[in-house]
Amino acid sequence: MSDPLRIADRELSSRLILGTGGFANHELLAQACRAAEAELCTVALRRLDPAARGSILDVLDEAGVSVLPNTAGCYTARDAVTTAQLAREAFETDWIKLEVIGDDRTLLPDAVELVAAAEELVDDGFTVLPYTTDDPVLARRLEDVGCVAVMPLGSPIGSGMGICNPYNLSIIIERAGVPVILDAGVGTASDAALAMELGCDAVLCASAISRAHDPVAMARAVALGVQAGRLAGGAGRIPRRRYAQASTPEEGVPAFDVQGLSQ
Amino acid sequence: MNVTVNGEPRELGDGATVASVVELLDVNPGARGVAVALDGEVVSRGRWADTPLSEGSMVEVVAAIGGG
Repeated sequence: MSDPLRIADRELSSRLILGTGGFANHELLAQACRAAEAELCTVALRRLDPAARGSILDVLDEAGVSVLPNTAGCYTARDAVTTAQLAREAFETDWIKLEVIGDDRTLLPDAVELVAAAEELVDDGFTVLPYTTDDPVLARRLEDVGCVAVMPLGSPIGSGMGICNPYNLSIIIERAGVPVILDAGVGTASDAALAMELGCDAVLCASAISRAHDPVAMARAVALGVQAGRLAGGAGRIPRRRYAQASTPEEGVPAFDVQGLSQ
Repeated sequence: MNVTVNGEPRELGDGATVASVVELLDVNPGARGVAVALDGEVVSRGRWADTPLSEGSMVEVVAAIGGG
């Protein structure tokens, strides 16, 4: 069944974007990529470590995935823009997962710096996918400045708290004219399924997979959760009700109390 | 001349360029996933060899790592 995800000029058949941070080694990452059936993986830039062996890019090439560089660790629009420009040079792509963090304990986005950076990068020709809060107004602002998708958090990065405010996320989804990708907060497969049931177009998952006891099994589980949620969301859930509604017809129930004596 | 490379003080000869720094770090000039900023401005790979450093230059050489 073909159900591609369209972002900007690109079509992806996988709706799970894999974050590559936190894997114990490259082999585990490669196996997780395959288990997740990911087509797009995030990568980051840090000061070159002359002792580092083997490039992560070779591993991702081998796994047949494309890279989506991020600006993790940036606290100002200026740093994020420079990091994005370095990423364009290093990875030969103008796609950027824009992160501008406002606080080192919560790792929550700094809305003011984020919008400023997004606007500057769009003007500079980047294809910008911003990591944002679950604030529908901020998501709208990011779309307005030309971002090709919005990536709201479910809960803080690496917290595994799932989707803390499904109502806000639903409002973002209802109003967005660009794909909505749940970013951050997924703790296990059911969180990814819920995001998709709510109507997200895709899920980005890093820590829940890389830091799981068995990352490869979790990669598969989250991928299946994404698929299940996508199908369920499209199928349409029944309304919630306070009282039971019998699924077996109530007409035609045989009577065994022949004379009504028990009444 | 004295420059700073990835936060560390380094001494380089006269005429040093961005390419000299890349060589100093033992990086193959064709290595994938590597980029350089000189005093906060990105220097594209094709210009490493002819971009001169000067006294006090700040060079950042970055490479791909795993990240969310």
